[in-house]
Amino acid sequence: MPDNPARAATGGPAPARLGPATSPQTVAIELTINGRPRRLAVAPWTTLLDLLREELDLTGTKKGCDHGQCGSCTVLLDGQRINACLVLAVMKDGSAVTTVEGLSGPDGALHPMQEAFIEHDAFQCGYCTPGQICSAVALVEEGRARAPDEIRELMSGNICRCGAYPNIVAAIQQVLASNGGAGR
Amino acid sequence: MNRFSYLRAGDVAEAAREAAADPAARVIAGGTNLIDLMKYDVERPSRLIDITRLPGLRAIEETADGGLSIGALASNTEVARHPEVERRYPLLSSTILAGATPQLRNAASTGGNLLQRTRCYYFYDPGTPCNKREPGTGCPAIGGVNRIHAVLGASEHCIATHPSDMCVALAALEAVVRVSGADGERGIPFADFHRLPGDAPERDTNLRQGEIVTAVELPPNSFGQHHTYLKLRDRHSYAFALVSVAAGIEMDGDRIGRVRFALGGVAHKPWRDPEAEALLQGRPASAEGFAAAAEHVLRGAIGHKHNAFKIELARRAIVRALGQAAAGTPQSQTDKRIQ
Repeated sequence: MPDNPARAATGGPAPARLGPATSPQTVAIELTINGRPRRLAVAPWTTLLDLLREELDLTGTKKGCDHGQCGSCTVLLDGQRINACLVLAVMKDGSAVTTVEGLSGPDGALHPMQEAFIEHDAFQCGYCTPGQICSAVALVEEGRARAPDEIRELMSGNICRCGAYPNIVAAIQQVLASNGGAGR
Repeated sequence: MNRFSYLRAGDVAEAAREAAADPAARVIAGGTNLIDLMKYDVERPSRLIDITRLPGLRAIEETADGGLSIGALASNTEVARHPEVERRYPLLSSTILAGATPQLRNAASTGGNLLQRTRCYYFYDPGTPCNKREPGTGCPAIGGVNRIHAVLGASEHCIATHPSDMCVALAALEAVVRVSGADGERGIPFADFHRLPGDAPERDTNLRQGEIVTAVELPPNSFGQHHTYLKLRDRHSYAFALVSVAAGIEMDGDRIGRVRFALGGVAHKPWRDPEAEALLQGRPASAEGFAAAAEHVLRGAIGHKHNAFKIELARRAIVRALGQAAAGTPQSQTDKRIQ
């Protein structure tokens, strides 16, 4: 895991954290994160999003609104897309979490959805992109969307303020087409 | 978010006992509304009682009378996409898919959908008074910003609306809510589950302290053929209803046999009016008949500065929804085009 350059550069103390680093009231849980089993001690009020970003340095998952409205924190929990900001980590003891960092293959090859997002230029600033990609991977797996109307409706939980929507839909359409009609 | 203790309940009795013992404790399942309210400091629980591991509360199965029982922990997605729900209760499936997003529907539970709180701006803002959040402090929505508020059944103490789509279908389907508590189990007819605000708007439902919702039971009558959920809102996706109508009809030739319809977005609870339904019974399916029923539903409607448009919108939505149901052409929850 890379060092945090900002922290190293200032040489100051690590920022105060919510959760295991400061709380005496922690609960021991086990999560499998991107295929790797982890034993963790979490404060009950630590969201899955804060656990990923602040404790495990998995900062690919983004905090946008922190209220379940924007979708930038979308991860796969036991294979289903959810908003990590509205989940308490302590409640998910025993679950498997896949973040955007876990989508690539063991050899580092990008996931077909990541390739399609690059190919179609399906982002501008990129902040919503990890959530868009995780959500789109789940959408394909769910097998409910084919036509652009269906893709748009079932991607309604992911907001893109740069407005890259047409290219996002195009990227998802490409992956759906390359799956040869897999799913429903 | 405030600090709280955490209990993973082992069975319903333990959860009910612990919830009854501490009025400041909150039961949590999907958490999509409660955690959000905690982030806004609207909810500051002393303790969270996690019921997600309780055995037997996730099942969706046929009941003895030929209806369907939906476990309180079944997610919104599991219900909406369940083959028996899609086949026999498409109205329920349609309302669920009209609400929230795939991410939220994957997390949100059936019981939690019933127990979610209003999205009134003032309720959500601890910097303002609110009779629902802090009884006796007043209702700034009355005379304030009230575009999303109630036009039916409100009181001088509260004009909040219940935000659920799913509950509008459950009202029309005449579901029964199964609950379990210290006094044992009971079933609450859906019409009696949620309350009107009256002088106690802090109470959304008739649940007793410590009672846990265990299931929602659907009767055998399912309106599988003639139904619709018409939802009108500011955005086509991921927005709460300004006005919505869930309607189910059993057609008897070109006449209306049994009919049930309920409104969302207009009151403190899903709004059903059995008198208006009775006006339609045995009559031909016609726009004039639907308009008379709509007129009856809205006879006591009171608009405020920003929401008076809802009265005419509801009138027209009822007519359109009953027409869709009678014709067997339900509203699409994908392209949202109104037929």
